[in-house]
Amino acid sequence: MSAFVALLRRDLQLAVRQGGALGTALGFYMLVVTLLPLGLGADLNLLSRIAPGVLWIALLLAALLSLGRVFSSDYEDGSLDVLATGTLPMELVVTSKSLAHWISTGIPLALMAPVLGLLLNLEIGAYPLLFGTMLVGTPAISFIGAVGAALTLRAYRGGLLIALLVLPLYVPTLIFGMAAINGLLDAAGTGSAFLILAAISLAAVVLCPIAAAAALKVQMQ
Amino acid sequence: MQLVAENLTLERGGRRVANGVSFCLDGGTALLLTGPNGSGKSTLLRALAGYLRPAAGTVRWLGGGSGDGGDGETAEVSEVCHFVGHLDGIKTHLTAAENLSFWAKYLAGPADGKRSVGERVDAALERFALAALAEIPAGYLSAGQKRRLALARLAVAYRPLWLLDEPTVSLDTASTGVLIGAINAHLKDGGLAVIATHIPMELTPVQAIQLGRVEVAP
Repeated sequence: MSAFVALLRRDLQLAVRQGGALGTALGFYMLVVTLLPLGLGADLNLLSRIAPGVLWIALLLAALLSLGRVFSSDYEDGSLDVLATGTLPMELVVTSKSLAHWISTGIPLALMAPVLGLLLNLEIGAYPLLFGTMLVGTPAISFIGAVGAALTLRAYRGGLLIALLVLPLYVPTLIFGMAAINGLLDAAGTGSAFLILAAISLAAVVLCPIAAAAALKVQMQ
Repeated sequence: MQLVAENLTLERGGRRVANGVSFCLDGGTALLLTGPNGSGKSTLLRALAGYLRPAAGTVRWLGGGSGDGGDGETAEVSEVCHFVGHLDGIKTHLTAAENLSFWAKYLAGPADGKRSVGERVDAALERFALAALAEIPAGYLSAGQKRRLALARLAVAYRPLWLLDEPTVSLDTASTGVLIGAINAHLKDGGLAVIATHIPMELTPVQAIQLGRVEVAP
């Protein structure tokens, strides 16, 4: 357990020291959302209607930008070999690194979303829902993304390949993320979509490390 | 404690690089792997560490998990070994001391229970003459200093088996002496070491395997 905490702390420390990955993701998120009203025109009703969808899709794309580095920096400098000789099983190494990605990228992006909602004339009632669904949905993004990152570890310019592999797997998260906001906004709506979103995240947290660890073991041969 | 390899056959990209390598290494003994470039030294070490699945044959560790030395039980080789390969495994944004203290916490086993992380890191820095560089970000270290930092990992957590892949690359004469001293001390404590090297190393007691070129298998 202490090895797990040590690894998580090191990865968060590196994320703070390097800063680049988070800055790029937040900057990209802000730019995409800012460009959209410029392209669509100042139709406030239209913007308000599409705001949750735009914020979710842009968040997925922004999170993708930093996924490539989850394992590749450790692979390139040889740390991954040493991590594999620890007492921690590879599945937990993957869990720790995905968790670090969620804390250092997923949470800041979810925090940024309501601020960007202002630009899109998002309904006042939707702010807490948007933040809540994103906080619950982003673990799935980090953990599913880790599988893509592990599979493309040795691929040249793996970043684009990750997008192709992983974006289709984000479809359930996106659908239920949107459905959760819409369901809770309607007066008659229920929270079932929100619960399914939470279930997707929890399943990803449990299952994806197993797949990613198997992929890493093949890549390290 | 014993490391046993039986009839190891290894392939790299469909090419056979080692054929029927067998050895039995007892506690307190070093094994030197020599041979020309491309003869399979690194591949053999990666197979011993468990990264690479051999095409045939087995690697077994007899006698206990990390350091408790209880004979009769077996453990995964990867859980009882230190692996220092061609890459140093150093984070350039962390200081030398932070790099080591992470590995000290991550690789700690039951044998390290009594000594605190700080003590282990200080002792390792002292041993590899890195104490003056402890607070410098590792990115500013020279190639030889980085190598010493990677080797200092051997001293922050006790592991009975050391797998070293050309550990003397970019080390100066004095540091090479320190490394050889550290390996000999480890052997005296009953540890094992498997070392791929191109330079002669004065280790006792020692076995050697000369790997040669192996014909491409059909």
